[in-house]
Amino acid sequence: MKKFEKRLWLGIFVLAVLSPLGIILPEKFGAGGAWGEWGTDALEKLLGYVPVGLKNTADIWAAPIRDYIFGGKDAVLSTRIVSYIVSAFIGIALACIIILLISRLLFKREK
Amino acid sequence: MHIPDGYLSPQTYIPLYGVSIAFLGIALKKIREDLSAKHIPYLAMAAAFSFLVQMFNIPIPGGTTGHAVGAGIIALLLGPWTAVIAVSVVLIMQAFVFGDGGITAIGANCFNMAIVMPFVAYWTFILLKGFSQNTARVTVAAFFSGYVGLTAAAVCAAFMFGIQPIIAAGPDGMPLYAPYPLSIAIPAMAVEHLFVFSIVEGVMTVALLKYFLKNESTLIYAMREASREKV
Repeated sequence: MKKFEKRLWLGIFVLAVLSPLGIILPEKFGAGGAWGEWGTDALEKLLGYVPVGLKNTADIWAAPIRDYIFGGKDAVLSTRIVSYIVSAFIGIALACIIILLISRLLFKREK
Repeated sequence: MHIPDGYLSPQTYIPLYGVSIAFLGIALKKIREDLSAKHIPYLAMAAAFSFLVQMFNIPIPGGTTGHAVGAGIIALLLGPWTAVIAVSVVLIMQAFVFGDGGITAIGANCFNMAIVMPFVAYWTFILLKGFSQNTARVTVAAFFSGYVGLTAAAVCAAFMFGIQPIIAAGPDGMPLYAPYPLSIAIPAMAVEHLFVFSIVEGVMTVALLKYFLKNESTLIYAMREASREKV
């Protein structure tokens, strides 16, 4: 691997380790979630009701690591921090595997 | 800006699935023509980078959070069609594994962040930079590339939210899906991006482009393309 590529991978590694800043900083500044991404409970509070169609489709998929956190959003901070870092590395690994599979399919004829 | 399940009506998310699949198909064809095996590690890095950068939620004190996407810088470095693939892969992973963005909304989220964003970012850069190699001009072009790209994606998402009460209301007139009209959704998402998140995206785009210009300038797609047109 070229030195330049190595440095980029190192940068990616550093980002993964720093990723819990993405939960710590919003908490420090009292910021909530993203606009338009409320759960049904939050919508109930905002609107006083949950739109029928939304209610019926909101939970059609149970993601294995919801919100990048093992044990859900209400887990203790240390669990969330560790979950975030683990999720970051799972994300890197998955991204690499999927891209590798795609490129195998695309470039197989050349070899 | 990851639209969750339940916020879009089927008459919105089904056509957007169609559009995104069509773009992905073209993108796969394009990268087969344009990329070679030496680009694969960069493609993987691009996807990993976009995934990570989206984990950094940026707070607006007492308000909402948002994040950069990285689709702009990926479009500049590897080309907009490559960015379509890299960011789509990320969005699909996020939906299935991490519940970030809905399964039904994958087409919509890919449209906003993996199609609109890289193309708007790429063309903003090309238009502002022109044939100039002037450092200041390249810097300004790179900033607005990320800035306009992310804002455009956010406004598209807001538009999708905002049309729901119009196109999908129950017999009683109550919204069935995303409840807020265009008059609330567009300003809410445009303002938070224009004043905070898109600035972060712009600065990040400049910083990374400069890093590549200094270390591996021949790799940069957007600079190659411009010089090719010049000849």
